[in-house]
Amino acid sequence: MANPTDHGAEALKTTPLTSRHQAAGARMVPFAGYSMPLQYEGIVAEHKATRENAGLFDVSHMGQILLTESRPGAAAAWLEKLTPSDIAGLAEGQARYTVLTNEAGGVVDDLIITRFGDTFRLVVNGARRAAVAAHFETYADPDVRIAPLDRALIALQGPAAEAVLAPHVNSPIGELSFMHAIETTAFGAGAMVSRCGYTGEDGFEISLPNETAGEAWDALVGDDRVSPVGLGARDTLRLEAGLCLYGQDLDETISPIEASLLWIIPKARRTEGGFLGEARILKEIADKPARKRVGLAVEGRVPVRSGAPIALDGAEIGTVTSGGVGPSVGAPIAMGFVPPEHAATGTRLAAIVRGKSVDVSVAKLPFLASRTKRKGN
Amino acid sequence: MKRFTKDHEWVELDGDILTVGITEHAQEALGDITFVELPEAGRTLAAGDSFAVVESVKAASDVYAPVAGEVTDVNAALDDKPELVNDAAETDGWFIKLKIADAGAIDGLMDRAAYDAYLKTIE
Repeated sequence: MANPTDHGAEALKTTPLTSRHQAAGARMVPFAGYSMPLQYEGIVAEHKATRENAGLFDVSHMGQILLTESRPGAAAAWLEKLTPSDIAGLAEGQARYTVLTNEAGGVVDDLIITRFGDTFRLVVNGARRAAVAAHFETYADPDVRIAPLDRALIALQGPAAEAVLAPHVNSPIGELSFMHAIETTAFGAGAMVSRCGYTGEDGFEISLPNETAGEAWDALVGDDRVSPVGLGARDTLRLEAGLCLYGQDLDETISPIEASLLWIIPKARRTEGGFLGEARILKEIADKPARKRVGLAVEGRVPVRSGAPIALDGAEIGTVTSGGVGPSVGAPIAMGFVPPEHAATGTRLAAIVRGKSVDVSVAKLPFLASRTKRKGN
Repeated sequence: MKRFTKDHEWVELDGDILTVGITEHAQEALGDITFVELPEAGRTLAAGDSFAVVESVKAASDVYAPVAGEVTDVNAALDDKPELVNDAAETDGWFIKLKIADAGAIDGLMDRAAYDAYLKTIE
């Protein structure tokens, strides 16, 4: 998910659910070119509702794309040039988090890729739709067709998500494990239901036709266990889960190795390469990156926010890229980039807030243990 | 009688001591408040000086001195309970007390009716 961008007087786009957010009294803000809900009841209440029961998010601003191929294997091979991950090896309905890299080894966007047969479904950041389209155009393959999907996307996240959603889906979603999806019927329409999310909780994302989204939203939000959640709590939830926000923790100059995303690159690809930016990325794997994304536990109660310098013995050594208060952690938390020699858990550093030094220490990510339903859970 | 600024502070004068806080509208806009950084007693403020920072879950916001004065007291209760500002912005959630030299300095601020009318123009 990317930063809010100022679109000035430019007309904001709406999602199929915008009128419902307004009717519910949500505070609306411009985000990725859309008018989106920042909060309904309040960020802390929505955050806790998601961790304790279930939160419902409109993420229709995100870009949904369908890839098809005219030559067997072309789409997977093309995606393996654009990402450093294993795409050919994805099983039916399996989803993978990865990044699109550029020639310089930076990140064009982070995304989820899901395989269905010989097609792939992509979900990219709303604010990166145009950049991703331009990137795909640059590396176009005549055997791979790229079709944007004009569909709604809603996320239901939290421990009650499965029980709430199951009656509305014509497939046993309890059998899905984390990062797996099915194409099925949900709320009476053709839908893709994926067990994934951006909160660290168990939960689902449901891609629906625009005309079905309103009914689906009403049915879910009408359930006592469900609270609608805006972008504010989406940010505090993902920060506690240690997940990157494009535009803050990822950008075109930050490599996936610097972003501590080595885990998205399987062993074979670390030796064989074959993806954009491999020269820098493979070198950073073999040696060390110049900087590394780490979690920061903040002492005291002064939140440390994006842009705050990170210092060691009075010398600036890095920058905070995401930060705020973790409502479930109960303290300020942050993520930032520091040289690898200062990235060990427990390393004591300082963040500079309004000219004053705030004690921080490198902390393991995520800040809260993930509760996703992995195989064997 | 309380008076209000366009920056959404309220003030209330008792003798030469001015109590200053942020308005109900301001706390509502800021959302869940997690920390309030207050000045030291004894600090001298010029009108327009940033004297406090309110940290909410959303963002950090400066609070400005509506008039000049010397800080005689700060609301220590906010240290343990910053949420007092959400719960009682215009009473128990006050920020500072200012000793002011010129009681006439607050005459230019809005009364409740004028502030309510102002809020309508910015919504």
